[in-house]
Amino acid sequence: MADILLDVTGLKIEATAYPPGEPPQDITIVQDVSFKVEKGKVLGLIGESGAGKSTIGLSAMAYGRGGVRITGGVININGRDIRVEGTGGLRKLRGAEVTYVAQSAAAAFNPAKRLMEQIVEATLAHGRHSRKEAEARAVELFGKLGLPDPDTFGSRFPHQVSGGQLQRAMTALALCPEPDLVVFDEPTTALDVTTQIDVLAAIKEAIRDTGVAALYITHDLAVVAQVSDHIMVLRHGKMVEYGETDQIINRPAMDYTQALVSVRSIDHEEKTPSPQPILTVEGITARYKNVPVDVLKNVNVEIHPGQTLAVVGESGSGKSTLARVITGLLPPSAGKTVFDGRTLPPSLPERTKEDLRELQMIYQMADVAMNPRQTIRTIIGRPLEFYFGLRGAEKTKRVQELLDEIELGDGFIDRYPAELSGGQKQRVCIARALAAKPKLIICDEVTSALDPLVADGILKLLLDLQKREDVAYLFITHDLATVKAIADSIAVMFQGEVVRYGPKSQVLSPPFDDYTDLLLSSVPEMRLGWLEDVIENRKMESAGN
Amino acid sequence: MRNIPISALIGLFFTGLYFLGAIFASLIAPYGVAEVVGDVWEPSSAEHWLGTDNIGRDLLSRMIFGGQTTIFIAATATLLSFTTGSILGFTAAVTGGWVDQALSRFIDLIISLPTLIFALVVLSVMPVTVFVLIVLMGLLDSTRVFRLARAVAVDINVMDYVEAARLRGEKTAWIIFREILPNALSPLVAEMGLRFIFMVLFVSTLSFLGLGIQPPAADWGGIVKENKDGIVYGIPAALVPAIAIATLAISVNLVADWILNRTTSLKGGRGG
Repeated sequence: MADILLDVTGLKIEATAYPPGEPPQDITIVQDVSFKVEKGKVLGLIGESGAGKSTIGLSAMAYGRGGVRITGGVININGRDIRVEGTGGLRKLRGAEVTYVAQSAAAAFNPAKRLMEQIVEATLAHGRHSRKEAEARAVELFGKLGLPDPDTFGSRFPHQVSGGQLQRAMTALALCPEPDLVVFDEPTTALDVTTQIDVLAAIKEAIRDTGVAALYITHDLAVVAQVSDHIMVLRHGKMVEYGETDQIINRPAMDYTQALVSVRSIDHEEKTPSPQPILTVEGITARYKNVPVDVLKNVNVEIHPGQTLAVVGESGSGKSTLARVITGLLPPSAGKTVFDGRTLPPSLPERTKEDLRELQMIYQMADVAMNPRQTIRTIIGRPLEFYFGLRGAEKTKRVQELLDEIELGDGFIDRYPAELSGGQKQRVCIARALAAKPKLIICDEVTSALDPLVADGILKLLLDLQKREDVAYLFITHDLATVKAIADSIAVMFQGEVVRYGPKSQVLSPPFDDYTDLLLSSVPEMRLGWLEDVIENRKMESAGN
Repeated sequence: MRNIPISALIGLFFTGLYFLGAIFASLIAPYGVAEVVGDVWEPSSAEHWLGTDNIGRDLLSRMIFGGQTTIFIAATATLLSFTTGSILGFTAAVTGGWVDQALSRFIDLIISLPTLIFALVVLSVMPVTVFVLIVLMGLLDSTRVFRLARAVAVDINVMDYVEAARLRGEKTAWIIFREILPNALSPLVAEMGLRFIFMVLFVSTLSFLGLGIQPPAADWGGIVKENKDGIVYGIPAALVPAIAIATLAISVNLVADWILNRTTSLKGGRGG
């Protein structure tokens, strides 16, 4: 066996929880986790939110966030146990031997200082290089990471570079002191798919070139498969499976890993369009107040009753603006929306109660889409009361029916949103939309804040409900895997325009335009070597590059 | 509720003591408020626990009745200022546009005038009654509440659940009272404690200047004024109401701090 750099055995991490109105409780976040990282190898840590991946990653620096304590196990780096080291020893370790790349580079950089100053800071503080050497190394790293103008890149401020570049600058920051180990904590999660792929490729190359070892934390198995040598699957703070990347991806042993690998394999048959669309968007052009740019340019789409139109695009492509125009929150500057045979008034106050009822909306962040001070009874019951005048026992009965429909059942009606999990919250939001008996529901990125398995459940529920209630969906998403799973027709948006539109089978089959090709090829696939294939074969550079 | 910090307990104890004293003033006060019962500035004795004041009235009785007046005026004015301030603030935030502009700029105008001077000018032309005092103080102070309420509501107003309510077709009143108010309550309640203290100080200041409660009725600011000449002769009568004002201020602050801490650790359900 080669040189072991990081050797963790029997790791146990605890934290103190402060439930409102109750005495503080100690909870175990991570229990009995052991792994080894060899020099120059990459270990991927994967799991859903709350699995303890980030906590384990930070433990490689013997660091616990906000009240988190490492209470058991041995963490050996370069042969010495860092748990018994004092503050002085840890200070020498952190930022020199072990460095960290955070998820949100935008939040991690100091906006008032130039990039170079921040990138060489740790190197200088630890006396690893002189300023001149450190800056030379940073410039070299900029080049390796594919950043534009490596010589002058460091003199920019964080707001002057794009999100993908900032994430790479952060990787340079972590690699600059020539550490032995880098902890990557979801470095590409906040990026668009087409940007993610470039950052991923840059990180992979930098790891290979510098020979550093890494812990790569992510919730996306397809992503981790591209960069790591070994993978550890975590759930509820415990190890589920640990093995070589090839084995985990191609021959997963545990049920949970198998579920993760086969996620988004929903079968959905495309329906043929009916003669009469439920919603027609005609030549919509829209802009926000005081911004002299059209966010939507002459958008034309149709949705048919009981079917799903997926609107796909990166952030800033105008997908959500389209939803705002349709709901009446943003009156368009040109064009009209025809709903169920009648032209909808452009702005919200002019619409009738019936217009509002038939067109419902589900949001991305379920926890801010529900009033935290209302119970589920009020949240779902209010539309019933408002649109249908239901009261008392009748209302309660209908609320319970709706809860049954979203597979939540008894015992939920008097809970507050804070007492639900992420997936349950989104289900309640779906029930609230259904309560109005709508003809069309706009789903704005409804699964992108959820863990893959939970998201799968939501998509299946939505498809089920569509069959039963014959409701149409306008499904806004940046995730092509979701689109493949549920859409009947697809509109691809790029910089405010619909660049490709039609039935799913047609949109997803060649010949592609350059943008659709880029978008399609950027969706991480669950196979080894996918990253290299894409970088070699694609036609267009990503916009965020 | 089981883990009340010691500071909050002290605060609760004194706040409770003063409020109970105010509520049951006529039951517990040993003498009448304007009753002359002894010599001028008698030292404390078994009969007069705090001694007597500048014309021989029992200081303890005057303190208890004075506390009743001060606390009643401050509490009512706080209530008035919160109702007016928060309703106007929420309306401005939810309606937006010119309503928001007009209200906010008008409030800015009022805030730019020094409160005390403004109050003195108004009180010099109006009859000084308890009612006028309460309305004046309540309205002047509602400007501060307006600012806080508007700031909090602007934050909440952009939440998806408020948008969902708008898309449902809800009226402004529902949005203000059912969607925004419950979520804005915790910062407002915490602020209420602090505003109450400012009210106590304000009414005491006015009385001290002679434009607040008129004799023979008592209030703490007035008692300081009546007895201030005694300080020259080493008579501590004026310090008693001063200490009462200070301890009430500190203890209400301690309670408000505790409430604020509790609600921020709960995040007030506001997501932040």
